[in-house]
Amino acid sequence: MTDTPIADMPDAPRRSLSARLSDWYFAETPNPAKRVQFSRPLTPWIFLLPQLAIVVIFFYWPSVQAVTSSFYIEDPFGFGSTFVGFENYTDAVTNSQYASTAWFTALFCVVVTALSLGLGLLLAVKADKVIRGAETYKTLLISVYAIAPPVAGLIGMMFFDMHMGPFTKLFAAFGYDLRVGIDYWDTAFALTVIAVWKQIPYNFIFFLSGLQSVPVSVREAALIDARSGWRRFKDIILPLLAPTAFFLLVINITYTMFDTFSIIDVIVKDKPANNPMTLVYKVYLDGFKGNDIGGSSAQSVILMIVVAALTVVQFRFLERRVHYG
Amino acid sequence: MAHLSLTSVGKTYAGGVDAVRDVNIEIADGEFIVLVGPSGCGKSTLLRMVAGLESVTHGDVRIGDRVVNRLEPADRDIAMVFQNYALYPHMNVRDNMAYGLKNRGETKSVIAERVAEASRMLELDPYLDRKPRALSGGQRQRVAMGRAIVRQPAAFLFDEPLSNLDAKLRVSMRGEIRRLQRRLGTTSLYVTHDQLEAMTLADRLVVLNGGRVEQIGAPLEVYHKPASVFVASFIGSPAMNLIDARVEAGRVLVGSHDIAPAATDAGPVTLGLRPEDLSLASTGLPVAVEHVEELGAQRIIHGEVAGQPIAIADSSASELGETVHVAATPGKIHLFARDTGRRIDLAAAATGLAHAV
Repeated sequence: MTDTPIADMPDAPRRSLSARLSDWYFAETPNPAKRVQFSRPLTPWIFLLPQLAIVVIFFYWPSVQAVTSSFYIEDPFGFGSTFVGFENYTDAVTNSQYASTAWFTALFCVVVTALSLGLGLLLAVKADKVIRGAETYKTLLISVYAIAPPVAGLIGMMFFDMHMGPFTKLFAAFGYDLRVGIDYWDTAFALTVIAVWKQIPYNFIFFLSGLQSVPVSVREAALIDARSGWRRFKDIILPLLAPTAFFLLVINITYTMFDTFSIIDVIVKDKPANNPMTLVYKVYLDGFKGNDIGGSSAQSVILMIVVAALTVVQFRFLERRVHYG
Repeated sequence: MAHLSLTSVGKTYAGGVDAVRDVNIEIADGEFIVLVGPSGCGKSTLLRMVAGLESVTHGDVRIGDRVVNRLEPADRDIAMVFQNYALYPHMNVRDNMAYGLKNRGETKSVIAERVAEASRMLELDPYLDRKPRALSGGQRQRVAMGRAIVRQPAAFLFDEPLSNLDAKLRVSMRGEIRRLQRRLGTTSLYVTHDQLEAMTLADRLVVLNGGRVEQIGAPLEVYHKPASVFVASFIGSPAMNLIDARVEAGRVLVGSHDIAPAATDAGPVTLGLRPEDLSLASTGLPVAVEHVEELGAQRIIHGEVAGQPIAIADSSASELGETVHVAATPGKIHLFARDTGRRIDLAAAATGLAHAV
């Protein structure tokens, strides 16, 4: 290591997303010698073809289909369709059931993400301190991750069963009549518990590896600098975990919005009452159970826009506050 | 600022391994003590026990008049400089230095003043708003020092702070650490495995081996009167020649060659001769030359005497034959008991008797 003072290295200026994108698009290749030259202009496209085909067939094509069919009302038996403009959208947005599902989805996202991140972090911090039997402890915690979501839903359903479920009996012991599948908020509670339980191991693994990458000497320096363990955690450990936490935040929101589908399906399916569900599940229900392809497509287009907006917000506002060591 | 005292301090790990055994050191206020020894000798463990990063299993550690065995590191009024600097990567230089003070509830003006003073002392002013990753190794090292200085602790603890720097920078930082310590007058405990660093920095050296103290003393005292074979071989470069010899009728003999008088009991001994205390002579101990290292100002002649390796630091430029004769500077020979390895005091015998070998 030589001691060259890095005297004049200014921090990279904060630039807007669009400026960065246009730079990336218009900029010259930084190292011209590395630019690969093909003698025939078609050759690179042939190399790209398999990947492009997959993206187009499984992503763009269905998206375009969804967008187009969202402007039509289709005959329930598939005999024909009528162009209706934005009617499907206005129907969806003004529908009170749609609004309540949207609210539930937002609440579900916040609660599940907060709980599974929080509990995952708590368990990881505790596991990081365990010395004896650490491997067993970690394996037990991580093993839940191997359970497929529908199976997690089934296990949850057994625990919350109205007649023989241990959780129902536990609540009954406290005098509360838990009616999962009948009562709206009881079902919401069960969904949240199962969804959080399923996601904790994932967060746990990442937080644990994040904690273990904090250098021992930095922890020791903090031990000398700060008396209170909470202070050390808040000022030193947590900021160093921030990149991990940001990544997990994105993953967890995606998980709650989309991957809880099968859990909801197992719990809510064939139940008579007005049960809570996420927007994604409603898309499926309206489209495939209600045979309202147009309305369902409109809902999924709205969902696409929401997700795109969410992604931009996350990267633009949260990432700035995250320290990447 | 305070004195430090270790009283029969020991560390036994859970498996029953003794990392440190029965260490007794009294460190005066403002003294610079260097713990030196090969890796695994327990020097870092000892330092970490003083810092509170390792529990003390035997004895007492006192900082000032307090026994600190059970105190948290943050309550011990010490500051530590780590080998890999251990700066907080998400804080800039200023916050890195201020963090400890903030937690101790110092007022903003006191913190600002102390950080400013430390940064002026260490020439860190241009870098106060930088993150550690935008600094070079030497600058990071200085920030780590700054973090220690602003606390104005009772004692500085250094854990091999220079071993991640390149050779040239190490020498200049060595000087800087010594100068700062003199100026601040803070009691310091410094761990290193580099005997040259130890010699140049220390007021007193503590040579450790296998978790025990081999010798405590001023650098020159340790150099001139090593207390054991271990210290003799560890301190000094090139290392001292240690040759199997015996004492018969008040003389030290190597093979059949008479080396010097020795007022000690007859029997086998280990004879210690520093390469720089040997010189070429017309008669004396015959050395079969094996190879020569040219260093410019001098050369190191490696050879064999009575079947044992020997090195001679020679600054003459004379032609070397296959065999050279060497003489030891009178009074500069060391004898150690063959069984215990401890030094046999020859002071009485060596003075006043000028003997060519």
